[in-house]
Amino acid sequence: LVAILWSKFWDLTVSGVTLGSVYALVALGYSMVYGILKLLNFAHGDVYMIGAFMGFFALRWLGGPVDPNVAAWIAVTFMFLIAMVACGGLGVVIERFAYRPLRNAPRIAPLISALGVSFFLQNSALLLFGASFRDYDTFDLIGGKTYHYGNVYLSVPQLLTIVSAIALMVMLTLLVARTRIGKAMRATSFDREAASMMGIDVDRVIASTFFIGSALAGAAGVMFALVFGQIYHFMGFLAGLKGFTAAVIGGIGSIPGAMLGGLLVGLAESYATGYLPRGSTFQNLYVFALLILIILIRPSGILGKADVNKV
Amino acid sequence: MADELTPPPVDQPRIGVDEWVASVEGRRDTYRGASGAVRRAWDALPVWGRLLVFLVPAAIFPLITSTGNIFRFGLITLLYGLLALGLNITVGFAGLLDLGYIAFFGFGAYAYGFVASGYTDRHWPAVAAVPLAIAVAAAVGLVVGLPSRRLVGDYLAIVTLFFGQAFVVFANNADQINFPFVGHVDLTGDANGLDNIDPLDVLGWTVNTTKEFYYFTLAAFVLAMTLIYLANESRTGRAWRALREDPLSAEVMSIPVNRLKLMAFVFGAGTAGFAGAIYGSVQTGAFPGDYDVGLLITIYAIVILGGAGSLAGIVVGAIIVNGVPELLRDANQAEWVFYTAIAIALFVTVRPWRRLAAVIGATIGLGFALHAIADAWFPRWTSGSANEGRLAHWVGSWILLPGHPTQVANWAYGILIAAILVLTLLHGIWRTVALVPTIYLGAFVWENLLVEQTAGATRFILLGALLVVLMNVRPQGLFGTARVEIA
Repeated sequence: LVAILWSKFWDLTVSGVTLGSVYALVALGYSMVYGILKLLNFAHGDVYMIGAFMGFFALRWLGGPVDPNVAAWIAVTFMFLIAMVACGGLGVVIERFAYRPLRNAPRIAPLISALGVSFFLQNSALLLFGASFRDYDTFDLIGGKTYHYGNVYLSVPQLLTIVSAIALMVMLTLLVARTRIGKAMRATSFDREAASMMGIDVDRVIASTFFIGSALAGAAGVMFALVFGQIYHFMGFLAGLKGFTAAVIGGIGSIPGAMLGGLLVGLAESYATGYLPRGSTFQNLYVFALLILIILIRPSGILGKADVNKV
Repeated sequence: MADELTPPPVDQPRIGVDEWVASVEGRRDTYRGASGAVRRAWDALPVWGRLLVFLVPAAIFPLITSTGNIFRFGLITLLYGLLALGLNITVGFAGLLDLGYIAFFGFGAYAYGFVASGYTDRHWPAVAAVPLAIAVAAAVGLVVGLPSRRLVGDYLAIVTLFFGQAFVVFANNADQINFPFVGHVDLTGDANGLDNIDPLDVLGWTVNTTKEFYYFTLAAFVLAMTLIYLANESRTGRAWRALREDPLSAEVMSIPVNRLKLMAFVFGAGTAGFAGAIYGSVQTGAFPGDYDVGLLITIYAIVILGGAGSLAGIVVGAIIVNGVPELLRDANQAEWVFYTAIAIALFVTVRPWRRLAAVIGATIGLGFALHAIADAWFPRWTSGSANEGRLAHWVGSWILLPGHPTQVANWAYGILIAAILVLTLLHGIWRTVALVPTIYLGAFVWENLLVEQTAGATRFILLGALLVVLMNVRPQGLFGTARVEIA
């Protein structure tokens, strides 16, 4: 029995880490926005979906996966760039028109607004792109080559996803820790009012937070589509839920927490699919159970700080 | 002494009076014109009088229209209204953002179907089955509400949203669960759902036709509304409102916060379960696809549009949110609804009337001019055919209808959204100027893209946009009272 379980272990780990990288990128957007605005951005999952579609159209514009006009690696880079810029812009627009006017409204108002934006984006995608699945045809673009090290097999899109996710996270960490705008972000999330009194342009900081978070979600959308091949208008809903779950598990507002949480959720989903009874059907319920468990044991998440409620 | 007691003139700020209270009093003075008269009459009505204002037309409605209309406009509106009443307890009174609400609706339908359907071959009478459905939904509500004791607003939202998703997965797959001691039980059918659900049969009266269902649901709605009204006026209701405004202060005032949160969840879920039992019986089946996010957003739109916490708002919200999209289903009616809505919006927002006349004239002129230019030089742009109906025919000579509209209309849709967003940033004369092409562009997108999908995407796009706009313009909804946030 152990041998049977072990034989699947590395495959599940690899796909878990791949999924986890995607979730971690989505979770980062949630976590950063929540850290600064204390707002649960329901539309984030749909930004991720738009990212996947932008990558798809970028690829079509370059001549399609079978016979692109440029080398494959340029095509992939271009897809990432287009998706990230478009999603970043979309995030800024959403913030400007749906959340900024509500900054001093009761807490429930921006949540409802976010719900509306999410639903609007989903159904706009349905209207414009149709209800059918679109295929990335990654196989034609990149080929079916796999690398292996002992028992660990990695396909090219998986490797690409993991490596680029790590690269993006390193860049984000450096940005937040070393640059001026990163410093401003940390200050704003610590205390928005005090930050604005210190001469920080809070609106600009929030807009750039949305840009970065949404761009990461766009990249995650392209990664997911490269690995799993198919995209459709409703794909953002579950990814958004899982991304938020990851952010909560890791400790919302914490950047390393979001990465850790994403990895945990990805691995949990993957192992649940492989090992637990009827896992491929109920994987999401197992992730849900994990979320409930973490919230009950440690409501502030693994790396989060406990919140002190002030009057 | 007497001098000190007489209030100072209203236009001066009064010391010691909350600014907000003063502004509300001021607004009450300005109920003018026809709408003011209606407002005053409404405020003067006793509660039972307000109920009659709704009940009398609702009771007459089925007598004057066709069966199809009773179902589409009457029964479904009432069911949505019943659902919204329950959601109003959780969200409107207690202020808990419950995004798994539709699951309780589903639990009600499945519980009813489980004990009273041809699928499971059990036929309990409705007097036993409906209370069971309510009890099951309320019990699940209790379980889901338990984490609400520890979770602050947003965490609760995501947990309940996940729960709603989990319910759909459960409903799709709970036909193959093996229970210890009992063995294999088919709880929910599979993706095909439970079918052959029995009609409601209440003490000898079998509710079977659409009209009977309508009256039964109307009775249920009025009953639920009365109970909820009484609950809201009671000590519990006041405690809920205190909880909604500020949980921490409520707790400090020794209000049992946790118990009240659970009660709000249980009551809301029970109402949804009741609605679910009726819905299952109306549909003669419970299908997993019915309990999805689309319905959740619809019910939220009703509660938010009407004004969270207001019962009159629920009625009006349900009529608007269900009625308007239903009107849109018929292409000919859809034309009328669209252009009437635009006209009303213009009449309400554009002042003075000279400017209004200029906007309308310019829009019509722009359309004919563009149409004439396109006719002369770019015939491809006018080769499409108009929809059926007299208005559509007339509109066809005003709006551009390209022969192959899909690509163009998709781009126009994106541009339209951008144009509307930019419009909100402009002020004064520039806004008026920009309004003209925006309206024309809106009509273009409507005719070439949105009108095709009125049953699906368009309906939900409008609902999503409605939520965002409402939150920005009037967060308290039509009938709600504005909340003051005291920092």
